[in-house]
Amino acid sequence: MNIAQFFRNYFTRNGIGLGTFLLVAVLFWVVVLIILPQLSMLDFSFRHHLPPPEMGGPKDTYTLEHYKYLVLGAPGADTSYNVVDLGVFGRTLLAAFFVTILDLVLCYPLAYYLGQSKGGGFIRVLVLLLIIPYWINEILRAFAFRIIFGDSGLINEMMMTMGLIDNPIDFIRANVALYAGLGYAYILLMIFPIYNVIESLDRNQIEAARDMGAPWWRIHWRVVIPYAKPGISSGCTMVFMLTAGALAAPQILGGPSSLWFTQIIYQWFNQGGNWPRGAAFAIVLLVTCIIIVLSMMRLFKVRIGDIGK
Amino acid sequence: MRAENVFLKIMLGAYLVVFFGYLLGPLIVMSVTAFNSPSFPKMTPWECLTFEWFDVLANDTRILNGIENSLIIGVGTVILSVIMGLAAALMLTQIWPKLRATYYTVVIAPILIPGVVLGISTLVFWDRISVMLGMSTGSILHNGIFLTILGQSTFIASYCMLVFVARLQRFDTGLTEAALDLGATHVQAFWKILLPFMKPAIGSAAVLAFLASFENYNTTTFTFGKFPTLTIELAQKVRYGINPSISSLAFIIIALTVFGALIHEVYRRRQQLALANGAPVSAVSGRFQLPRMLRGNPAAIILILLALGGFSTIWFAQTYSPDVCKVDVREQKRLIQEERIRAILEQRQLEMQQKQQQGSGASGGDNVAPSKTQSPGQGAFGNVFKPGNLDKSTTEPEADKPAQSPGKGAFGDVFAPNNLDKATPKEE
Repeated sequence: MNIAQFFRNYFTRNGIGLGTFLLVAVLFWVVVLIILPQLSMLDFSFRHHLPPPEMGGPKDTYTLEHYKYLVLGAPGADTSYNVVDLGVFGRTLLAAFFVTILDLVLCYPLAYYLGQSKGGGFIRVLVLLLIIPYWINEILRAFAFRIIFGDSGLINEMMMTMGLIDNPIDFIRANVALYAGLGYAYILLMIFPIYNVIESLDRNQIEAARDMGAPWWRIHWRVVIPYAKPGISSGCTMVFMLTAGALAAPQILGGPSSLWFTQIIYQWFNQGGNWPRGAAFAIVLLVTCIIIVLSMMRLFKVRIGDIGK
Repeated sequence: MRAENVFLKIMLGAYLVVFFGYLLGPLIVMSVTAFNSPSFPKMTPWECLTFEWFDVLANDTRILNGIENSLIIGVGTVILSVIMGLAAALMLTQIWPKLRATYYTVVIAPILIPGVVLGISTLVFWDRISVMLGMSTGSILHNGIFLTILGQSTFIASYCMLVFVARLQRFDTGLTEAALDLGATHVQAFWKILLPFMKPAIGSAAVLAFLASFENYNTTTFTFGKFPTLTIELAQKVRYGINPSISSLAFIIIALTVFGALIHEVYRRRQQLALANGAPVSAVSGRFQLPRMLRGNPAAIILILLALGGFSTIWFAQTYSPDVCKVDVREQKRLIQEERIRAILEQRQLEMQQKQQQGSGASGGDNVAPSKTQSPGQGAFGNVFKPGNLDKSTTEPEADKPAQSPGKGAFGDVFAPNNLDKATPKEE
């Protein structure tokens, strides 16, 4: 089937007006909103940082300086590598990875319990309770953790009243608040994909495994987890990407000495005023996240089409 | 076997409690702080029940302005992303099969791209377009509302598309074909067959899109320009000083969410009841039957109780005044303070006396000790004017360690023999 044939079929099926409208809407979204901005950001990240009048002038050539800056640091610096930014980058990815694992461990039992129970009022209430926090503003959720973990927050005050400690523990500096808040922020994107998949698992398979004498952990390892793999991977992908790209929680809950990589990007844009460098850092973040997710998918043999189901 | 079952049940219960404690606890704590009177949001110590933070919130022009911007942007985003999502979902079933996987990857990608990246790319792209077109910085391409709607729609349309795809999978294309066979035009078939079928999905996609737009931060923070949304205002408030009026806003949002969820639940219950009884939905939901509706419907009961609670709270808030309680708390704090000061004074006096006794005893019995302590280099002046000494006295304003307060060091402390022990290591 060639392209002309395809378009003729398409327009006979939809009619000229509607067909054109659909095509325009989809093209606008895919080309103008998704592809072109990303390409223009990529292009922008290879440009020099110039004042507006010089843009497009003779000095506006391609350069690798921003990527070099991320790896090697400012020219003439003491260290041969940009230890600060690279360190923040590595720590962000590592922390996002551990937050993902934490969420998975927390969510899997509940998703299994909800998915395998036979419905009923109690389960419905639980699902309703799960959804409610998701509609609360991300900022407010982070703010709640600040109330709990702050210097005169709930935990410190309670422990001091009970006499467990004399001076408040600085949870913010120790990043406890940050990790708790990040794990909280996207936990529902972990639970619902797994829940949806496990819900469709035939209970007879579990019964059969149990009748054959399999212990509970083997049932999970050999029956439930392989079946739930698409859900698990799609949940992990979303949580990892969103955590690594989170900005609100680190800004509100992050300690004074620790930065999130997105905060550096934010600083280049809003305080540093060096847009190309911010764009370059954003590209690095995006590409690294995609590579990590794709390699994880390859490792666990999941297709991208499974995401979002 | 039975013991194991009981054990499992206990484990499950504990796990559920921990999980939902983690999920709901922060929200409950935050809601409670909205009613406590200290000007920094905290739950303990509980001081006074107050509703003043709601007043503070209602008079906060920045927050109100933010809500207005959020509503405008939300409506724009809903319209744009529902249209694009619907078109993309319809296209998915018709696209050239070889392209389908690539197409799906492209339209699903915005969900996975970090919001920060989306915001930056939108900003950079439209900035360049406006440079290319030679437009001034005041043009629409630099307008915060325009940019934010585009940036948010980029990924919210993907959410909408997922909702539509799920609904379309249950669509019987035979219906459209039948309509066409009967002489309907394509446009008629679309408006009369497909669109009515998609209506519930359009509703839920619109709600989803609006909520996602309302709470978005990562993308908006790069694109908002001169039109900060509610989320942006909140973030700035939370970062630079907070008071419980934010908690009261959170409480309002939480209450609205719970109400919405319960209303939705009531509606679903009634539909299910109707279906179970074999009656058409409209027959049950059309008539108002209070007693029967309540019988099989705990959600409705909770809803009504909550509404009653809400009304009585509002009534109570108008008659109640926390002033008395506040005065009480202030009085209590003052008393505690006085108590503390008196205790410190007493302690000082006691120790003064002790030391004077010791000092006189020492001077009587031993001639060497006092002469040493009175040597100015070490005791009276050396110790008092040492910078370290001052530091200590400032870091501990309670002054319950007499040896470190300067007043003591000069007079009361000089005569104490152990003063020497303290002074000598400092000299080193």
